[in-house]
Parts: sequence; structure tokens; C-alpha cells
Amino acid sequence: MARNIDIFKNQKGMITGAVIGLGKMGISHAAIIGANPLVNFVAVCDSSTLVLDAFKKFSTVKTYRNFKEMIDNESLDFVLVATPTRFHFPMVKYALENGLHVFCEKPFNLNSKDGEELVQLANSKSLINQVGYHNQFIGTFRELKRLLQADVLGDLVHFMGEAYGAVVTKEKGKTWRSNAEEGGGCLYDYASHVLNLIQEIIGNPVHSAGTKLKSIYSNDVEDAVYSTLSLDNGLSGLLSVNWSDNTYRKMSTTLTVIGKNGKISCDATEIKIYLKESNKKEGLDKGWTIKYITDFALPVNFYLRGEEYSAQIEHFVNCIITKKQGSYNTFEQGNNTDKVIEMIIANSKKN
Amino acid sequence: MDKILFGDNQFFAVNHVSDEKSRAQSIQFKEDAAIIKILDQAIDVGINTFMCTTHERIANICNYIRLNPKKYQNFNIYPCMPYAHKYANAVTELGIMGTIKNYIPGSIFGTFAKGGFALMSKDFIKLMELLIDAEMKMFKDLNTPVIFIQNVIVDMILGLKMYDIFKSYDQYIRTKYNAEPGYITMNMPLLLDSLNSVGIMNPIICSSINKIGFRMSGGVEIYEKYLSEKQFRPIAMQVLASGALHPSEAIEYLGKFPNIESVLFGASTKSHIQETKMLINKHL
Repeated sequence: MARNIDIFKNQKGMITGAVIGLGKMGISHAAIIGANPLVNFVAVCDSSTLVLDAFKKFSTVKTYRNFKEMIDNESLDFVLVATPTRFHFPMVKYALENGLHVFCEKPFNLNSKDGEELVQLANSKSLINQVGYHNQFIGTFRELKRLLQADVLGDLVHFMGEAYGAVVTKEKGKTWRSNAEEGGGCLYDYASHVLNLIQEIIGNPVHSAGTKLKSIYSNDVEDAVYSTLSLDNGLSGLLSVNWSDNTYRKMSTTLTVIGKNGKISCDATEIKIYLKESNKKEGLDKGWTIKYITDFALPVNFYLRGEEYSAQIEHFVNCIITKKQGSYNTFEQGNNTDKVIEMIIANSKKN
Repeated sequence: MDKILFGDNQFFAVNHVSDEKSRAQSIQFKEDAAIIKILDQAIDVGINTFMCTTHERIANICNYIRLNPKKYQNFNIYPCMPYAHKYANAVTELGIMGTIKNYIPGSIFGTFAKGGFALMSKDFIKLMELLIDAEMKMFKDLNTPVIFIQNVIVDMILGLKMYDIFKSYDQYIRTKYNAEPGYITMNMPLLLDSLNSVGIMNPIICSSINKIGFRMSGGVEIYEKYLSEKQFRPIAMQVLASGALHPSEAIEYLGKFPNIESVLFGASTKSHIQETKMLINKHL
């Protein structure tokens, strides 16, 4: 991947952007945007004066406590919204109404009707829109999608979508993530990633059965989600997600697909393929083949916490510059994931 | 710095290409004694520097080293702080303010303690110093001639262009700990330029260096250019690109860049340590 060294230096960005919400994801996005030579990163907005003061003191961006004021005063091409989910709707709506392209963190909204309105608004104004389901920018998952499209497994029989991690491992802590009304809880946080992957790689979930939302350490929200899902292509499978699992050092997300001709299990680091018969076209032997992320990682100009975080921003920026909506993580796709979440919640109430 | 630095990823189930391998490692190194055994084997083959995160289990290893001063008198530790997942999970659970309160030393009613005061007055540099002190506690009385900040923090500061924080870090490590500051990064060229821009010259920078460009942001060419032409003290890590490269070709590649001062690697068996050491001595 040849790149020009001068891209890092003295180049004035082609587009201007700002970040709303400076939590863990917002700060990470701000750093990635700040390092992108195509972007003039000019402003941030947050309710915490502590974080804003740090930006005031150490960086050159302008700071705001009110997002409308920021959007009104700054001459922006885009905003990135990384606030708690319940604030997404008013913020994204205002940005779109003011003609800005929008990158919105996941999950998109707490209510898919709100999401529908934002999808319509963005499309009617031809504004670039993207939701932060970063797993779509991990090379191994893209390879899984490609292999399924190439039909290497034959007729599909079953799938499993899993995510485990050690986020909530004690009975304490009160943030928006521990509040169901604000989209806290494992379903909107961890499980949304898996549902989005299933939707884009295997098929769109249209039915949910036997759902259990289990609280383990949290009082008000679920820490684990289990459900049987049926997809629009007729395939059925299982969702198993638990963010209170101490055996994981960090979030681990796996999709497994079983077909008549074999099985593929894929996570962010490796893709394991078992075939009953060899596949010459793909160069895959009979039996196990294991491939690693080193073969599939998307090359990026700046790295923070994973190629996928930079790759999704580079994709968004590129869409704005080329004035062409991309096919990854559109608002419509993000809103579809919200609809699936609503379906799962509705089913859990029946059990 | 020694030519060979022994790393700790293998002890804490950090494997960049395989979650399954990392689980196997977490079983192998369940007991602190297993870590100490491998460290001793590294020392046996002549490796005297251990570069490690501030993982809570390192504190146990440090206790052991303190109890055996003679055995480890020539042994150096290069701490790398912070152990990011500790804080990342805390931020998700407690929020940013909650995390700072949780990790700042002193009482939880610490408004009057040093930490509370720094927080109230938004003295960020003081806060940083307190967090460094908290992380360094476990290394008390041990040789820590180089102290690193981890790539997540370095690269975040880098992206946010808050370069003055590097300057304060640099000064604090030199004055308080009489040590050399080091920087781990996935963005070596950009970091070197940025450090130079605030007057930090000839810095110790630890970054991925491998011929397939794995975790080398901006691509292999710019890295090679910087390794050949710029003045800094490079440490090569991820030299095997997480197992994608054969050790002999990986280390032979490093030989093209005489400026590389040290190579960081981890291994779980004595034969692996010996093999890698032999290759490094041959090519560097």
C-alpha cells in the first residue's frame, strides 16, 4: 500500500467536521478524525466541562456545550454523533436539517420510527449517512460474507451469532449504560453488533422466538441475551450474547455458519473453514483451513484500537468527498438493526 | 537499551491473531510461578530486560523480584502504562469521572486529597502525574530505566494533537523517575514528527516493524524511510506480524535497518526464546 509521506503534513483538509459527545467512543473518533489529513477537525461538543476544558487547554478545536450552537456557528460539512443513544435522534435530525452529512454511533436509535424519519430525511437531502457498526470494516467478517456469497458451504443449515466480554462484572456502577430507558444494557450495546453482522452477512432476522434477557449483575438492564432467530432467507439460528463473562479479556464476537458442505467460524482475528470436499475455485482444501486477520486487515493511514475504527471513518470521509453514499452501514441498515432489537424485546416479553 | 527485550503479551492472553491461542496461553500462565519460570529461562539465555504492562498480576511478579534481589540484580523492567483494558472497562462501567475517581490514589472522599484537588481545579498535568505514580507503585525499588506509555494513549493524544501532554510526560518521567520516557505507537512516522515538533528529540519509539506492513499505519514505505533516515531510537515489535511471518525471514528483514536498537518479543517456551535470540544476534 504505497502512500505519500506528505499526506501527513501541511495539507489543509478538504472537508470540515465536528464531534458531538466525548465519551470513550467520541474521544476515539475525535482522535481518528483529527489525524485524517482530508479533514479539518474544528469543534467538539459535550456536556462535561472537565472534558471540554481538556480540549480547550491542549487542542486547537473549539468547544461547545450546546450542539445547536455549534452547528449554527461553525461552517461544517459533517458531524459525528457519539452521545448516549437517546440523544441521537434530535442531534442527527438537527444536523441533517442543516444540510450536514452525519456519522452516528451505534445503536442508531431507541425507536425505529425515529430512525425511519432520519433515514427519509437523509435520503431526501442526499446527505451521506453512516452508523458506527465497525465490525463491518473487519477483514475477516468481509471474507466470511464473500465465502457465503461464493456458496462454499452449499445449502445452509444453521448459524450462531455470539459475543462475550467482561464489561459488567460487579454489582455496581451507575451510568447511562445501566439504564434501560437510555439504551443501556447488553442488547443495545453488545448484541446490536452481532445482530448487525447477522443481518448484513447471513440474512435479515424476521422472527424471534424463545428470547431470554437475563440480568446477572445489573439491576435494571439485561447482561445477557439469548434468542432463536429466523432469517428472511429461511435459515434459522441462535443468538447468544453475554457481557458479564469474566473469561474474556475483551469483547469477542463470533459468527458460525453451518452448511451441508461444511462450516465456517469467524471472529475479528481468524476465520476457520471446514469443508467436506475441497473447493478448487477458492483454493480451499478438504478439512480445516485457518486464515488470519493479517491476510485481511484493511490498510489504514492512522491506527487507534483497531483498523476497523479508522477504516469506517476513512470510508465516511471518502463518501463525502466523492459525493456518493456507500453501501456499508447506512442509516437504513442501522435502523433495520434497531427494528430487529425491537422484535427481540417484544418476544422477550412473551416468555 | 539491550538488544533484546522480553515482552509479556503471552502471559496475559494477548494474541493478535487468535482468540483461541490466547485462551490456551491464559491456561498455561494461570499461576504466577509459570510466568516466573519463563522469565528465569529468558534470563538463563542472557535476556535481562522485561518490558511489561501494568497488569495487576505484574505486581505479584514484582514482589517476587523484590524478595530475590540477588538473583535479579541485573534485571531491568520497562513498565508500559496504563494497562488499557483496566481503564477501558472502567470507563464503560463508571464513566470518565467515575474512572478517574476510582484510580486516583487517596480516599474516595478525596476532595481534600491531592487527587481530588487536581480534579476540582482541572489540573490535567497533575492528574496525569498522579496516575503515573499510581501505576508505578508496583515497581518500587526495581530497576526501571525506561518507562513507556501504551499505544492506545499515545495514539489518542497523537490524533487529538495534544502534543503538550507528551512534553509533560517526558519531563515528569525524567525528573521524578530518573528514567528515559518511551512511546509505543501504531503510527510511528506521525508520532516522531509530532514529538520533534514539541522539542522531544531522539525519542525511544516502539512500533510494529515487519515486512508485510501489519499494524504499520501509512504503509511499509514510509516506515522504511523513517527507519533509514530519521534520528530516533526504534524498538521493533510485532516483528512476526502475529505469526504471519517465519521468524528467520522476519528478523532478517530487521537487519536491513541498523538504526533499530532493540527487538521486543515474547515467547512461551525456552526453545522459542533461544531460537529468536539466536536469530536476533545473527541479523542485528
